[in-house]
Amino acid sequence: MRCKRCHAAPVAIKLPRHHTALCAACFDRYVVDQVERAIKHYRMFRRDEPVLVAVSGGKDSLGLWDLLQRMGYQTTGVHVQQGIGGYSGASEAKTRAFAEAKGLPLIVYDLNKEYGGGVTAIAETSRRSACSACGTVKRYAFNKIGRELGFPVVATGHNLDDEAARLLGNLLRWQVDYLAKQSPALPASHAKLIRKVKPLFRLTEQEVAAYAVLRKIDYVIDECPMSHDANSLQYKAALNQLEHQSPGTKQFFYLEFLRRQPIVGAESTAEAVVLNECARCGEPTTGELCGHCRLIAPLAQTHQTESGGRNNGRADPSIVSNIPMSVDWTA
Amino acid sequence: MLIKCHHPARELTIKGPRQVRAVLGDLKLLPETVLVIRNDTLVTEDELVADDDTIEIRPVISGGAHSLPPVASHAM
Repeated sequence: MRCKRCHAAPVAIKLPRHHTALCAACFDRYVVDQVERAIKHYRMFRRDEPVLVAVSGGKDSLGLWDLLQRMGYQTTGVHVQQGIGGYSGASEAKTRAFAEAKGLPLIVYDLNKEYGGGVTAIAETSRRSACSACGTVKRYAFNKIGRELGFPVVATGHNLDDEAARLLGNLLRWQVDYLAKQSPALPASHAKLIRKVKPLFRLTEQEVAAYAVLRKIDYVIDECPMSHDANSLQYKAALNQLEHQSPGTKQFFYLEFLRRQPIVGAESTAEAVVLNECARCGEPTTGELCGHCRLIAPLAQTHQTESGGRNNGRADPSIVSNIPMSVDWTA
Repeated sequence: MLIKCHHPARELTIKGPRQVRAVLGDLKLLPETVLVIRNDTLVTEDELVADDDTIEIRPVISGGAHSLPPVASHAM
């Protein structure tokens, strides 16, 4: 079968949702076009702005970083070393190898060094799920690192499947507040918050993976061993079943939500949220203490107990605003 | 043909030639959830895999340490 766009090269991937099939070169142009369209439509960032790219070492984040640097954007990667055994070691190694090969700057934020424990310890002491703890710490780190180093925006590798699954979950539980916040581009709604954007939201998970394979990006294929987010996987499985029977379902579901978001009123509630500054770390929060400080307080308490009151410079909610960053400028 | 799978990592052998679509059906996999790779090249559902080929079936879904469903006995 020949590419339906150039009619010359053999097909590399079929795109049933677009009623087409493309060769490797035409698919590459398609991916770049979709990302550029996303960036421009939501005015995510300009080419003269520094962009912090959250990089896990997986297909989505490395694919995003590869795309943005090819497209001429000024990018710096930030990787959170989660301290989850061999998985985290492999993730950091692949992220570092990518940065070095491309000559791109990379910041590595090591939870063990900064908090005296990785995701497992933080989750166990706080009695939260590993995914919840990891998400809270990463969001906090990305915003804080970005702001302190002068980045106005952080980009993450969330794709269409991620966003459609999240939308389905929010709708099934009628999480109106979360519906209001679900957008490919969140503005800086507080002086201490930087913008958050998702330039891959128009591409399916399979398309991003195909891009990574065709670009020969060496990414971590294994999933995090701590991750058992059954709900998210169930939503993705359900949506893929629907997509298989009716191609374009995921795209219609999420993109129409974005188009109708102002009509259904979900968008307006986001503006009603008043942000204060956390009493301990000073970061923006809706309560007195931010979620991050509440999360790491038990781990800090454990360290203090073990050291007889000395915290050995490890996680103490009263000093989190002074956490040093292990910046590794590889280029 | 030799099939390299992930989650968990393992190898399967299926008699070829066989169309990719049929191989995925044997393994109860939706085409939307995986990439099929042969010699560093993506393989579409319509293509035939020869008996002496080696292919990798790589999952594309992120968000959990999920496993591929059990392999149907007739596919072994």
